[in-house]
Amino acid sequence: MKRRFLSLIVVVLLLGIVLSGCKTATTTAKTVKIAVVGPLTGAQATFGEGNKNGALLAIEEWNAKGGPAGYKIEYVLGDSQCDPKAAADVAKKVVDEDKVQFIIGAVCSSETIPIVDYASTKKVVLMSGTSTSAKVTVDDSGNTKKYAFRACFIDPFQGKVMAGFALNNLKAKTAAVVLEVGNDYIIGLAEEFKKAFEAGGGKVVVYESFVKEDTDFSAILAKVKDANPDVFFVPTYYDKVSLIGAQAKQKGITSVLLGGDGWDSADLDTAAVEGGFFSNHYHPGDSRPIVVDWIKKYQAKYNKVPDALATGGYDAANLVLAAIDKAGSIDPDAVVTAIEGISYDAVSGKITFDAQHNPIKAAAVLKVQGGQVLYEATVNP
Amino acid sequence: MQKLLNRIAVSVRKSPVIWAIGVLLLAWLAGRARQNPVLFAQFLVDGIRLGFVYALVALGYTMVYGIVRLINFAHGDVFMIGAFAAFFATTRYHWSFVPAMVLAMVVCAFLSVVIERIAYKPLRDAPRISALITAVGMSFFLEYFTALNFVFTPNFIVFAPQPLQFKSWNVLGVTVSNIMFVIIAVGTICLVALYYLVYRTKLGKAMRAVAWDKPTARLMGIDVDLVITFTFALGAALAGVGGMLYVVAYPQIRTFLGVMPGLKSFIAAVFGGIGSIPGAFIGALTIGMVETLAAGYLSSTLRDTIVFSILIIVLLLRPTGLFGEAAKEKA
Amino acid sequence: MQKPRFRILGQSWRFWAMVLLVFLVAQWIVMPRMSDFRKTAWIMFPCIMAILCLGLNLIFGFNGQFSLGQWGFYAIGAYASAIITYRFGARVSLPVEGITLQLPDLIQKIIPVAEMELFHFDAGKAGLLLLATLAGGLLAALISAGFGYVVLLRLGSDYFGIATLGFTIIVQNLLNNSDKVIPETKGARGMIGIPPLTSFFWVFIFLILAIVVLRNLLHSSTGRAIVSVREDEVAAQAMGIDVLKYKVLSFVLGSFFAGIAGALYAHLYAFLSPQYFGSEKSFDPLIIIVLGGLGNMSGTVIATFVWAITLEGMRIWLPMGFEAYRFVIYPIALVLLMLFRPQGIMGRVELGFLRATKWPRRAGTAVPAAPDVGTETAA
Repeated sequence: MKRRFLSLIVVVLLLGIVLSGCKTATTTAKTVKIAVVGPLTGAQATFGEGNKNGALLAIEEWNAKGGPAGYKIEYVLGDSQCDPKAAADVAKKVVDEDKVQFIIGAVCSSETIPIVDYASTKKVVLMSGTSTSAKVTVDDSGNTKKYAFRACFIDPFQGKVMAGFALNNLKAKTAAVVLEVGNDYIIGLAEEFKKAFEAGGGKVVVYESFVKEDTDFSAILAKVKDANPDVFFVPTYYDKVSLIGAQAKQKGITSVLLGGDGWDSADLDTAAVEGGFFSNHYHPGDSRPIVVDWIKKYQAKYNKVPDALATGGYDAANLVLAAIDKAGSIDPDAVVTAIEGISYDAVSGKITFDAQHNPIKAAAVLKVQGGQVLYEATVNP
Repeated sequence: MQKLLNRIAVSVRKSPVIWAIGVLLLAWLAGRARQNPVLFAQFLVDGIRLGFVYALVALGYTMVYGIVRLINFAHGDVFMIGAFAAFFATTRYHWSFVPAMVLAMVVCAFLSVVIERIAYKPLRDAPRISALITAVGMSFFLEYFTALNFVFTPNFIVFAPQPLQFKSWNVLGVTVSNIMFVIIAVGTICLVALYYLVYRTKLGKAMRAVAWDKPTARLMGIDVDLVITFTFALGAALAGVGGMLYVVAYPQIRTFLGVMPGLKSFIAAVFGGIGSIPGAFIGALTIGMVETLAAGYLSSTLRDTIVFSILIIVLLLRPTGLFGEAAKEKA
Repeated sequence: MQKPRFRILGQSWRFWAMVLLVFLVAQWIVMPRMSDFRKTAWIMFPCIMAILCLGLNLIFGFNGQFSLGQWGFYAIGAYASAIITYRFGARVSLPVEGITLQLPDLIQKIIPVAEMELFHFDAGKAGLLLLATLAGGLLAALISAGFGYVVLLRLGSDYFGIATLGFTIIVQNLLNNSDKVIPETKGARGMIGIPPLTSFFWVFIFLILAIVVLRNLLHSSTGRAIVSVREDEVAAQAMGIDVLKYKVLSFVLGSFFAGIAGALYAHLYAFLSPQYFGSEKSFDPLIIIVLGGLGNMSGTVIATFVWAITLEGMRIWLPMGFEAYRFVIYPIALVLLMLFRPQGIMGRVELGFLRATKWPRRAGTAVPAAPDVGTETAA
């Protein structure tokens, strides 16, 4: 019996040693390895798809141009499932097994934070196109994480823009605000909107929150209907606002819907948010060549109009690759310096980075009318 | 009536604290209702609408549990398939409401029978937990397989154009819509039809016999396997209807659509006493109502805590649910 | 027993020597050859998961109480311990200077490190982790004692499972809103700033302790009482066994294991988010113990490793572009395994010292290893 237990141990050990055979990643002098990480399975996979498509398109373009600073780009994909544990595992896998030097992505903040925490220890530079939590680039004691960047807004700037727009352009007096707990981007927008709107003499009559899994908003909407505000600020992503908008229309709520750049998607249910306004970094009618080009290329490749997440992924990948190009090397510290000093004309506007590795960009206010998204006004930071 | 009053009196004497809490809750609710009766009425109307959708799914859970004692976790995902079937029928092939609903029912019934044959039937004689694990496996499979890019893709789809032209009316400040009437009408028809089938037909008698005692039912010449398969098909068909109505009310379709409504319907079935058809219906209405009222008056983010706390409390008071038969509970 | 023999926790010196050997081999020969990914996902996390599953196996496998609440207690243990180390982690430090050995080339072929650090650790941090882990376990045990006593008194079988599923969902929902009461959890945004203190040493020690404690318990008269409750409650009661007491006892002990596992998890991944503690994953421990064989300790441990290595290994083995197939293959494998081996990988076979050796062996009556729970068949 003892012998059998011993032999079991031997088998386990042998197995361990066999399994532990290290994969030797032979990175030849002129290749750079990049991981594109995001939820590819699970309930949030729709966001991961957009992020991945955008990033891969950027990588393809750079490779066609001969690569940044002459480096050929190789990429691996990682499925982080919008789950912190899976994300931490994926981070270790792409950094330690695939030996990537850069990571584009992760979509949900709850997955990007653990990825950054591991990647930073191995000096792997991460650029997220969509993770909005402040803690992605700043650690718990308030220091900026050296190797983490993001290419999306987090500044509550948009909240201020929309509050000003509601007060001045729409002459609104009362507003309702709903937000999703657990999403810093949405919380930030909602809080800033409330502050700016009340400072401007308006009144927030309904301020409600919901959780990510919710699909039935009738209780919140009944309250909104009851209060009948002039504007209804829903700074969520397009999936939720499509649902909220549709249910609000069913309820007969006539308040003007307002939102942020999370609305930007071909999948936005334009009928549900008809007559609404949202802020965004660019608009489809924008004549800047990079925007025109991006929409055209994306449509040709994936047969649909890019959404905010695809744009985020595309910009994130472009920023990293442009920084490599600028730095002329793939040394992480050199690339970090290059990103910090970059001024890049991305799809979502001209991007520079602040001290906390957040981008600074302008915003445009767009209008949803007759199933189309039209340009309304531009606001600078 | 006298009996009922007697039972209540006994129950009050047994657990006065809980009754006191219940009465206080009702009084508080009445107070809130008086403050703003229109809002309260709106909550009730929305709760009923949600409850009817849950009811259609809960019936499937309850029938399957009643007959094979299996918590069919794949049921919520069958519900999702029903939504997709209705969506493709109406938007791609421009079918009208009723044919699309029939298609959703047929597709779901077929799928459920296939699942039953592959994953549950071979395990009839194995420990019950094995079938539960395959049910969880089938649920994962349906969710993740349909999310693959060549199937339905992980993207959500807006259900438009709708098979119904949306109309709404304002009755004393409360918004009611034709969708709500359709949901309630279809739900009622399904329930009545099911009730008739189970309690007034030979097949229904066979179902009840199998649920009661399989070996004896077999000795009486009932084809037990056929009856079980039929039960799965029937439950799934109702879930198909529920799936379609759900996406008509909440017009967004994705492959993970069935998870939360599935869970809530299951809870509703337990609440009403799993295995009991009127129980599932009452349970679903209660859960729908509690959800809406809790989100409206207490906290929309703590809604699940409230719903599940109530579930646990009700189970503690009546361990087999509101209408459950205590005799069925072994051990 | 003729001679007083050296025993720790009922195990001989030979057993502990073997444990030490396994630890040293794993720590110095196997682990240094593995990437961080494999270390965490294939070795350390499965150890934690095994503790969690052993706890559930005690509740469901040995005591027969169908519980889906293990995941909730796991979350409680994780958050409770994380709050402790978050508050005191930066302040407590007591480094112990050990010895550093310079390894000759020949030995470096086996132990692939140039310098070996022995007894080189931070005693303050180690103590804090130990304290936090025990606190996590105790809080989980305390809550489970309250919840378990009330619920087990009234509910049995499937209804108990549903109530515990409700418990898991309530815990997740409360964690999502917890920042209003305990700001450091940061609610749904996820808790950051937890010191990553868990090392292989800790997960290994706790796993071995869990196995030994569980084994000793089950081989005692208490263990036989626990199993008898599973076999037949009425008969057990007739034999004078306090059924409720043993139900609550195994539920509390199983939840204690869950709390310990949660604490180790929190300090391994150093980031907690309620997203991870949702109801969907609460089926994982259940799946594992059924895969391993209900009421089978060695089965549980083996199944945990098989489950984790396959599931995480698919990240490496699947070709690019097929990442999304991981969760298509997994349920198919799960269903097939259940169809062809409904009694689990190990069935009734216990390995090594986990076997019941104290009783004279009669044909096929290995007492604690009889997974007869739920043999009340479906049809």
